Amino acid sequence: MNKIIETKEVTIRFGGLVAVDSVNLVQRRGEVLSLIGPNGAGKTTLFNLLTGVYHCTSGNIFFDYKNITNVKAHERTKLGIARTFQNIRLVKSMTVLENVLIAHPECNREGLLGALFGMGRTAGKRRQVVEECLELLDIVGLKEMEAEMATSLPYGKQRLLEIARGLATKPQLLLLDEPGAGMNGIEKEELTNVIHYITEKMKVTVLIIEHDMKFVMGISDRIIVLDHGQKIAEGKPEEIQTNPRVIEAYLGSGEFKDEEEA
Amino acid sequence: MKMKAFFSKLKDIRLNRWQRILLIIVLAGIVISAPYIIEDNYVLHILILCGIYVCLTLSLNLIIGWSGQFSLGHVCFYGMGAYITTLLITQQNMGFFQATLLSTLLTSIFAMLLCLPTLKLRGDYLAVITLGFGEVFRLFLTNAVDLTKGPAGIPNIPDPVLFGFEISSKQAYFYFIAIVVAVFLFFMKRFNNSGFGMAMMVVNEDDIAATALGINVVKYKLWGFVIGGGMAAMIGSFYAVYMGMISPTSFAYAESIKMVSMVVLGGMGSIPGSVLGAVLLTALPEVLRSFSEYRMVVYGALMVIMMIFRPEGIWARSNRMLNEYKIRAFESVKK
Repeated sequence: MNKIIETKEVTIRFGGLVAVDSVNLVQRRGEVLSLIGPNGAGKTTLFNLLTGVYHCTSGNIFFDYKNITNVKAHERTKLGIARTFQNIRLVKSMTVLENVLIAHPECNREGLLGALFGMGRTAGKRRQVVEECLELLDIVGLKEMEAEMATSLPYGKQRLLEIARGLATKPQLLLLDEPGAGMNGIEKEELTNVIHYITEKMKVTVLIIEHDMKFVMGISDRIIVLDHGQKIAEGKPEEIQTNPRVIEAYLGSGEFKDEEEA
Repeated sequence: MKMKAFFSKLKDIRLNRWQRILLIIVLAGIVISAPYIIEDNYVLHILILCGIYVCLTLSLNLIIGWSGQFSLGHVCFYGMGAYITTLLITQQNMGFFQATLLSTLLTSIFAMLLCLPTLKLRGDYLAVITLGFGEVFRLFLTNAVDLTKGPAGIPNIPDPVLFGFEISSKQAYFYFIAIVVAVFLFFMKRFNNSGFGMAMMVVNEDDIAATALGINVVKYKLWGFVIGGGMAAMIGSFYAVYMGMISPTSFAYAESIKMVSMVVLGGMGSIPGSVLGAVLLTALPEVLRSFSEYRMVVYGALMVIMMIFRPEGIWARSNRMLNEYKIRAFESVKK
């Protein structure tokens, strides 16, 4: 089993609140794994731990068998972990193409001297970068709109643009935080196709947070359910659907617990 | 509404290569012939000041508009460049060119050291800290009498000799600053069109997104101060030899505010905006000199009008041409 990412007893506390509580997570290379759970379950916090926005209070994170617990966020991106955001974070003053360009390692790690004095070679390299980014835009179906401002796109397209941007960092693992939020049925179908393309053709492993159960059940190979920061279930979509603990977490148990009565 | 239409029309203007070359030749012609047409030394002086402030605004805009750090102490770098160059010239008998190079380097290092402890600060807090640095620097100039001769300043700074030419007349200084402005604009444009400049812009707008894209936020924030500070130091050196004497009053707090107004009026993160802002705010007080009692009224009215109609500056970044990462590379792909 080729593990791309693994967390061991990962915990983070914000003051007295344990947002993620000793979560063990393993994802195999090539597998589509989904994280689900009620609001406030700690899904996005777990994403932030994986990408290095937060550092965990205890526990370890391994990426491709390397311990990355103390690696800084931007260096994790260089290692090959990319992400999209739940609240879209595109650069507002830039065009669609530029938003992808800035994620391309050749572009955003261009040296200052090369930028100021570079001649033919820099131009050639840039041409190649632009071409690669246009290809990525083609994959998510935004190539025609490359010259528009990013914020003038409809909501669903902005989410697709974020995916293209994530792909431009040349990741091995792509974390999608609610990619389908605010999308209509057709757009969700498009999104499904894009995710299939990413995993099958581009060989990028995808980890998804999503609330739309139909979408999750359709696309995931495996699902992990979080509630109150703890992992309460793990398994194939059909197992999760019938798991009583999951149903309880989402709908409540229907009976009062002793502690709540007291 | 009309104004908006006007600006969006300006935005759509794209020059091809030959038109661009023609434009540059025409501009160069105007600049070269200007000292022959303008015989009034006073007007020439104002033009030179415009040049100085264009460069200063560009350097401050790099810190505020590109790297996104609101600095109110820009005069600190400007004055530091001026003083170090002056001291090197008058006491070490160094040439102007070498002195400028050294003072630029030293100021850049100082700017980096200043930036390091303020990295975590943003917005108002950073503004207050940098304001403090500017004030500390002025007090240092006033009180370190042994080094800077205190409030009296350093007089009799010799004129620079560059490539065998002694630059002493107003005309010569005019050409000199014109070349400096051209070089600054050229490199700012290249900087803006590069991956480096774009990455800095991302850091400015959203540092969490920048980190997620593999951009080292700290690096770009530091570079913002280092480049901006270095540019200001170069212009400070020019100012010192041009005026022939420097004193702490030239580097007071009001000077920083003036530069910030130029950046904000012109447009943050915009090269044409910097030029417009600097020229307007340098020339306007001179034009209004004859009725100076009303100058503040005009200023106030201007600011109010700006806030209502164009709060993002005269020539905001959104008015730029699309696709900054080397337009030509982009066009060749499109074909």
